[in-house]
Amino acid sequence: MSDTITGNRALLIEEPLIFEQDSPGRSGIDLPAFQPAAQRLNGLRRQGPIGLPGLSEPQVVRHYTRLSQKNFGIDTGFYPLGSCTMKHNPRLGEKMARLAGFGDLHPLQPASTVQGALELIDSLAGWLKDLTGLPAVAMSPAAGAHGELCGLMTIRAAHEAKGNPRQIVLVPESAHGTNPATAALCGYQVVAVPANARGRVDLAALEAKLDGKVAAFMLTNPNTCGLFEDQILEIAKAVHQVGAYFYCDGANFNALVGRVRMADLGIDCMHINLHKTFATPHGGGGPGAGPTVLSAALAPFAPVPFVVHGPNGFELVEEAGQGPAKQSLGRLKGFHGQFGVFVRALAYILSMGSDGLRQASSDAVLNANYLLARLKDVLSLSFEGPCMHEVLFDDRFLRDTGVTTLDVAKALIDEGFHPMTMYFPLVVHGALLMEPTETESKDGLDRFIAVVRALAARAKAGDQAFFHAAPHHTPRRRLDETQAARAPVLRWRKAD
Amino acid sequence: MRYLPLTEAERAAMRAAIGVASIDDLFIDVPQAARLDRPLPLPGHRSELEVERILSALAAKNLPAGRAACFLGGGFYRHHIPAALDQLLLRGEFLTSYTPYQPEVSQGTLQALFEFQSQVALITGMEVANASLYDGATATAEAVLMAGRITKRPKIVLSGGLHPHFAKVAATQARYVGLAIEARAPDPTGGENLLGAIDAKTACVVVQNPSVFGAISDLRPLAKACQAAGALLVVVVTEPLALGLIESPGAMGADIVVAEGTSLGVGLNFGGPGLGLFATREKYVRQMPGRLVGETVDVEGQRGWVLTLSTREQHIRREKATSNICTNSGLCALAFSMHLTFLGEAGFVGLAELNHARAVATAERLAAIPGVTVLTDGFFNEFAIRLAKPAHQVVERLAAKGILAGVPGSRLWPAHPELADLLLVAATETVEPADIDALANGLAEALR
Amino acid sequence: MTVLRFTGEHEWASFDMGTAMVGISAYAAQKLGDIVFVELPQVGAVFAKGAQAAVVESVKAASEIYAPIGGEVIEVNQAIADKPGLVNESPEGGGWFFKLRVAMPGEMSGLMDKDAYDAYVKSLE
Repeated sequence: MSDTITGNRALLIEEPLIFEQDSPGRSGIDLPAFQPAAQRLNGLRRQGPIGLPGLSEPQVVRHYTRLSQKNFGIDTGFYPLGSCTMKHNPRLGEKMARLAGFGDLHPLQPASTVQGALELIDSLAGWLKDLTGLPAVAMSPAAGAHGELCGLMTIRAAHEAKGNPRQIVLVPESAHGTNPATAALCGYQVVAVPANARGRVDLAALEAKLDGKVAAFMLTNPNTCGLFEDQILEIAKAVHQVGAYFYCDGANFNALVGRVRMADLGIDCMHINLHKTFATPHGGGGPGAGPTVLSAALAPFAPVPFVVHGPNGFELVEEAGQGPAKQSLGRLKGFHGQFGVFVRALAYILSMGSDGLRQASSDAVLNANYLLARLKDVLSLSFEGPCMHEVLFDDRFLRDTGVTTLDVAKALIDEGFHPMTMYFPLVVHGALLMEPTETESKDGLDRFIAVVRALAARAKAGDQAFFHAAPHHTPRRRLDETQAARAPVLRWRKAD
Repeated sequence: MRYLPLTEAERAAMRAAIGVASIDDLFIDVPQAARLDRPLPLPGHRSELEVERILSALAAKNLPAGRAACFLGGGFYRHHIPAALDQLLLRGEFLTSYTPYQPEVSQGTLQALFEFQSQVALITGMEVANASLYDGATATAEAVLMAGRITKRPKIVLSGGLHPHFAKVAATQARYVGLAIEARAPDPTGGENLLGAIDAKTACVVVQNPSVFGAISDLRPLAKACQAAGALLVVVVTEPLALGLIESPGAMGADIVVAEGTSLGVGLNFGGPGLGLFATREKYVRQMPGRLVGETVDVEGQRGWVLTLSTREQHIRREKATSNICTNSGLCALAFSMHLTFLGEAGFVGLAELNHARAVATAERLAAIPGVTVLTDGFFNEFAIRLAKPAHQVVERLAAKGILAGVPGSRLWPAHPELADLLLVAATETVEPADIDALANGLAEALR
Repeated sequence: MTVLRFTGEHEWASFDMGTAMVGISAYAAQKLGDIVFVELPQVGAVFAKGAQAAVVESVKAASEIYAPIGGEVIEVNQAIADKPGLVNESPEGGGWFFKLRVAMPGEMSGLMDKDAYDAYVKSLE
């Protein structure tokens, strides 16, 4: 506990809720003078107050400034969160997205007034198709899981067009939770496929589960253990042999951009997380964008809307069931997709270019393998390398120390690093999944490596108390998640 | 390449530490046939200046709504965003952080989302709200799925006043989980009677208020009928600012309220990103989709915030999760919350009154034009009019003069030719008297 | 005379005069960690042996509770719904979940006695 009078610690200032700073009638916004209308509200004017607090502009500015200072971002420091691709977010994207000609466009303006916006969507779509080798892309999905939904619905529509939607979707045990959740949303039964001792899909086990009931196999590649599925061509062949489609979860595309095209691996469909691979900011949990590339067999079933070239320039096809959208599965999202995210992603792609994108993937893989090489003697490496853009350790190195993966993560926080992904994937015990991305310099990695080595030594020396009490230097120490879940307080309420 | 810190010398040193001669040796698990041995034949890297030129040229081909007299609504509403809001939103600690899984280094995002949840609950008149979904349309689909889970009934009734995108997104998703959609025909005048559609198989009735045609309805009779039949009432809002002036869905008896939240703080962005708001009764909280932030204490007893009730979510419950959603609209939720915080109660209600005044003035002016019939009687900041000519032609003609006159019926309901002469007109505080003059004169001329 | 039996899914059932009281084993409660939520079946619900009957959640995990034997639910332990921590405090006592009227006592065979279950748990470690 802080021993200052206020509880503040210099730059870290305690900040009450907005509701605790209320002065009724105060506002941070002045409205232009106007004559209130004779109301035409059908007699349904709100009765009674809402309860929103009143703050002035300087109070609001301080509020959010202070809150921001209690957050760790990629701008703050090293953020090796596995499977999340926390790379630098160039501010050029922010500047471009705020051009009035992009940011101030209404989605229902006549197409003649938004030709540049439609061209931008088309241009980004072109890059995504070129980088994956697949001939079509559905641009509307709002994030990765939404792209999965788009992909599986497209697959289902393709099966239905052949007369049988099929019943089962296969996913590896190491899959992201979104994969089985998405398959269930599309009405499929989920069957897990085990991994082999090398951390890859057990091909024989997969083949044993493949039959005419299987609609699709969903695979993350590189997989969530950070490994390339080296039998992927055999997997694709086996999947296609029973008439199923091969879905790739594109969360880990950052390892492969410009070095491997999905089409060359036999993949039919993959979502692309623009907020990971293509450097758009994650914003504390979104917005993302999940454009989904499709094979020629799946393309006719893509959701609306999409952009086409017409006699008067670019046009939007917004209605399913007619024209080029005759077989479309329908609509998955209001309006035309995450346009603001598209602008940022295209700014990144144009900046990097073909050579830069390839170099970024190469550096991301190099950085991860450097961590592997420099840490494998003190941590426990789950699977032999080389890894791809992330490296997986487990908690065998902590055996009998009384220190857990979680404790190590919290100690890293005190050292100024964001922790790695913990306890995922589920196929190893106490997972520590590190994804450094190409953003990290060698110096930065060396500092991190030194800290991890020192912490590992301290854990092995038996300093349990230190680890269990970490983090010591954060705005809040370890929080009681049990209390939060047992008696949920999900909103502010006025004291009685 | 300005985003890449490694130098050639460092790369070489790192390869040596790893024990490989070439970067290609790290890709040996990739089948030989699938390895690209050189960059794809696409343009190479560019300077910031060059990229700015390319993208600015594309932006220049568009007509920004702010350079026109803009009366577009139809689910997206143009509002003034405080200058300070965007500056705060750009703070890197908000912009460049991940989902707040590590609460000790995410208290800023978590507290802001707790405030967001509280604000959404207050304006919708509901007990709890989540930390956002993708957009209003997908939130509507999630509400439909949730109603199916709670009631274990198969029938979903969609009002003809529901935004067609929202109805279609709900229909696309519902069919895979065995829910049957009964979608009512478009209802421009707000006269539809849904009471007869409710039966023992009905999971929920989905209505929009104000409707997509702008009409404000008293939902209390419908709420009562739903309750009596054991069905849920889902209320959709596309313009949350309306809640500053009209009775909240919660006060009228809604069980679930979903909304498109972009009209506060987020901006137009050609329709995306969106911001899905989702609120419901406390007793349904474990059936809710999406993340939730809850209050707790740390080991020193100090108040703090964490993500909670996560066992509903895909990363734990996998195929049994309430939704597959992971990334949501965090930064948009923050922007929405900031805008409401700047406004406060007085500003929110005042801005709503200003919007209503602009819309009433616009409706009165247009009603006087020969060939124009105002269809909506009670409305907030948007209403429907019937024109003596196909609306899309009129819209195109006015667009060429820098007037974005509204949303023609054929754009949202291409399969309904009877709505081809219909125009949705929205007027927010960004509409000035001179804009109303321009619209009125333009319409009069186009209809002459 | 009550008879205590266990399942491989870590439920226990205490049989007495045609009824079975059901809960989760101390081992399961310890593995789950702090229990924060319990979803109990409705009184009157009928389950076949092995059917999902209840749900128990900790902060980071959710587990289904399966009926160790077929039967009708005649009573549920409201106390653990109100205070889920009871399951951690007394998993094989006050933290019981529900009572079943046993449909076919013959289904008892195949469940493990205490010694067999302890050996089974040991084999998992």
